[in-house]
Amino acid sequence: MCDTCGCEGDSKITYNKPGEEHTHDHDHGHGHTHSYTHDHDHQHDTDKHAHDHKHEYSHEHSHHDHDHEHDHAHEHHTHEKEHDHPHGKEIKIEHDILNKNNALAERNRGYFEAKNVFALNLVSSPGSGKTSLLERTIKELGSELNFYVVEGDQQTMNDANRIAALKVPVIQINTGNGCHLDAEMVNKAVKQLEVANDSVLFIENVGNLVCPSLFDLGEAKRVVVISVTEGDDKPIKYPTMFHSADICIINKTDLLPYVDFSVAKAKEYALSVNHHLVFFEVSVKTGEGMQQWYQWLKENK
Amino acid sequence: MHELSIATNIIEIAEEFVTKNKGSHISKIEIEVGELSGIVIDSLNFAMELAVKETVLERAEFVITSIEGKSKCNKCGNEFSNSDWYTPCPKCLSMDFEIIAGKELRIKSIFID
Repeated sequence: MCDTCGCEGDSKITYNKPGEEHTHDHDHGHGHTHSYTHDHDHQHDTDKHAHDHKHEYSHEHSHHDHDHEHDHAHEHHTHEKEHDHPHGKEIKIEHDILNKNNALAERNRGYFEAKNVFALNLVSSPGSGKTSLLERTIKELGSELNFYVVEGDQQTMNDANRIAALKVPVIQINTGNGCHLDAEMVNKAVKQLEVANDSVLFIENVGNLVCPSLFDLGEAKRVVVISVTEGDDKPIKYPTMFHSADICIINKTDLLPYVDFSVAKAKEYALSVNHHLVFFEVSVKTGEGMQQWYQWLKENK
Repeated sequence: MHELSIATNIIEIAEEFVTKNKGSHISKIEIEVGELSGIVIDSLNFAMELAVKETVLERAEFVITSIEGKSKCNKCGNEFSNSDWYTPCPKCLSMDFEIIAGKELRIKSIFID
């Protein structure tokens, strides 16, 4: 990982706060060197003493040659049995593939709980109104609750800039080719964001109803947003996501007269994959239904 | 294409076990993927093909077993096969059930040379 910005070699994940973006001209595909030298002399007339300072700092690392440190905390979940076998030595490991993400998500969760930070992971298709939902919520509830935002997109600072315009601390994760946020990205982003105690943290995931469903970020609640311009059968087309969510926000209800979307049918489908789901029907544009969402945020914070 | 993230995780875990067991490479790896895990087996196979280059898994035989989805009804206690999340309990038609199998995503075993 690049120490300058937190971006990662080949995977090209970047973390930027609006107004603090920096450009790269070093090549991340190869080992690279940062060095910094600082000299100064100064003299104080009053006490007539002089001294010289010399600071040198150099830092080298190679993305290809570095050693990996592994967290072995998961090993008690692993049962190994060895057998001789024509294919070589068989080791039965029964190892959960998502274990590393899940373990880090639990660390995030513990950190949020200790600081009384109410973390929400917002997931949806692109264009269902996640960022607009956050903008209106922050505008109307910003005087009562303390908000922080992590924005996830493949590219651009656009969403973070919209949030920053509301004077709320925000960090943009650009995943490059990545189709979802994971617990490690959130861990790094939250460290840079310096989230205060007793606040609400919105984590806006990459717009995608498939991939983010598998990756626990350490959130307290997962919020899936659908809009009435999408099909009302979305919940059974993308059941993994709806199964993993706690809250379902149905947005753009002001457009219901013009579309074939049935709220009753969408709810029925969603409940068939997850009977615990709690619904809010809102129009972020007109404000209809937003009070219930605010009430829920205040009560559950 | 989150299968690529999953493939990367599999390789990391495999490399860890090869190092720990002082092996050189893996000849075979067995993976279990539940029907409700959110993973498409064909996509995972495709992602693995791309991702294993120059790793301990480069020459490994990759065996994926699918695990059937199973639910237990909260109303009548009936256990039934459920591979699509939204099939009601066939006995009492309740939609109130818990998934008890089919979300697995794990490496079952590896064969180290």
